[in-house]
Amino acid sequence: MSKIYQTPEEAKQDQQYLETLAELIYQLADDDLLISHRGSEWLGLAPHIEEDVAFSSITQDTMGHAAMYYQMLEELGFGKADDIAHLRKPEEYRNAALTERVNGQGHYKENPDYDWGYAIMRNYAYEVFKKARLDALENSSYAPLADTAAKIKREQFYHLYHWEVWIDQLSHSTEEAQNRLNAALKKTWEDVSSLFDLGSKGAKMVELGLIESVDVLKEKFISRIQAKIEGAGLEWPGEFKALETTGREGKHSQEFVDALNELNEVYKLDPQASW
Amino acid sequence: MVEKAEMVTTQEEQAKYNEFIAKIGRGEKIEADDWMPEDYRIQLIKLIAMHGLSEIMGAFPEKEWVPKTPTLKRKLSLMAKVQDEVGHGQLLIRVAEDLMKPLGKSREDIMSDLFSGKLKFHNVFHMETKSWADAALIGWLVDGAAIVTQKMLAHTSYAPYARALKRIILEERFHAYHGEDMVIALGDGTEMQREMMQDALNRWWPALLMFFGPPEEGGLKSNQEQNIRYKIRYKTNEELRQEFLDKYVPQIQALGLKVPDENIYYDEEKQKWVYTHADYTYLRDVIAKNQGPRSQNRLNLRKIGFENNAWVREALLKKQEEIS
Repeated sequence: MSKIYQTPEEAKQDQQYLETLAELIYQLADDDLLISHRGSEWLGLAPHIEEDVAFSSITQDTMGHAAMYYQMLEELGFGKADDIAHLRKPEEYRNAALTERVNGQGHYKENPDYDWGYAIMRNYAYEVFKKARLDALENSSYAPLADTAAKIKREQFYHLYHWEVWIDQLSHSTEEAQNRLNAALKKTWEDVSSLFDLGSKGAKMVELGLIESVDVLKEKFISRIQAKIEGAGLEWPGEFKALETTGREGKHSQEFVDALNELNEVYKLDPQASW
Repeated sequence: MVEKAEMVTTQEEQAKYNEFIAKIGRGEKIEADDWMPEDYRIQLIKLIAMHGLSEIMGAFPEKEWVPKTPTLKRKLSLMAKVQDEVGHGQLLIRVAEDLMKPLGKSREDIMSDLFSGKLKFHNVFHMETKSWADAALIGWLVDGAAIVTQKMLAHTSYAPYARALKRIILEERFHAYHGEDMVIALGDGTEMQREMMQDALNRWWPALLMFFGPPEEGGLKSNQEQNIRYKIRYKTNEELRQEFLDKYVPQIQALGLKVPDENIYYDEEKQKWVYTHADYTYLRDVIAKNQGPRSQNRLNLRKIGFENNAWVREALLKKQEEIS
């Protein structure tokens, strides 16, 4: 059994623990921030009004999760939550590549050519992964993180369920829908391994009891998602592709840099000001 | 024989009509399944569909700022707000759909009438947003103007619309507080923030005056008159605008902002605001024809969403057919 840290003050006493913990929370926060940012670009463009409302609600919850994690970093002494979310350099962000990908071609204000199939598959894969990760975090050695994970799971249950309903509704329908979902799944699979990267401090995270090993996360992920995909008559894409770049080490696409510039455009005008 | 049958029908219709007028005269409400005059139904469909579409199209100008919202806390509340607006649109379009059913029309018709320009959406949502302060102003004054109109419409003679409005107003009040809070932060903020806020107010002022529709100096337009007679509404455009000015001119001044109208003053004797009228030919010629600064762009966004997702609707339809 690893030692349990009950409070930020306790964690701050142990430099190595603190650094490893922070690295994990950055990953958690930045993943939710980016996927939620991409979700917010969809608003007004979803297949029907009801979905606009539902997807927006999920996006909000997810942004709320990011905010909780940034708040934890603030409590651990890493600066103001808003500064952490908005002002870091691109190479300081730790999100997985899958969460930063664009929704499709074009900008949300001008000619957005967004793909609903990709929205379903990318978000579904992310939520299955998120569920496995939250399950693991519930037993984390950092007690505030375990508590937060339990809270988030209550909302996240519905997010995961939402995307499953979409897959149920569209699978075995038209040939076009089936083709689009398969193509979207393939595209998602290009980046899916980015989720399972814990970065250079990964081994330490597991050793300190902060999270379960990547192998355990992967196994949980695959057992859930494979059953769904095959049950829906979609093509199981098989093995994950090896990672080319790793967001966990701060290597990001131009798409990410553009998203970040959008995200911090107003805040950067004057971070000292009250907005 | 035929003539006689028609006469009976006409007499019956007349009796029903008289009953209807007496009913709303007593302050009773009309339900979706009740008999109603055809022009009452048509007016309601137009009004409610336009209101619903305005809520949906109104999501766009604010949504433009959601990804850029400066703080996490504000981002969460703005996201919630925009979601509410789309939810209002959904609620209202459901009310309009029930009214359209006897005419054999559906939501698809509402959307295609929007795209063809047959159904309008509110003038403020044709305007361009240029800075974060615009998002704050929309929450504060556009929602404030909406509340003024909706408070009046909540007494409408058509019960399903009144019920929807009741819920909508509760949420709109929340939005107006939220907008006010954003505006206060900017108004009390740095020099740059205050300038940003004043600039937004200057830009939006004419659109806010136009929000309530043209003044009725040349007599009431037939629509307004008819709607008042049917108790769909009970105040004129100008009465609503005066209410808005009563409430917001003092608030604007209290925030240290300047109403962008050199000539505005309160006439104590007449108990009303005297102000420079906005250019209503702009409203008529540009906005009503969807030629406002962002009209085509925002309609296009809706259209892209509609067309790009055609495959989703087809798939859902097929699935539904299989189940039934």
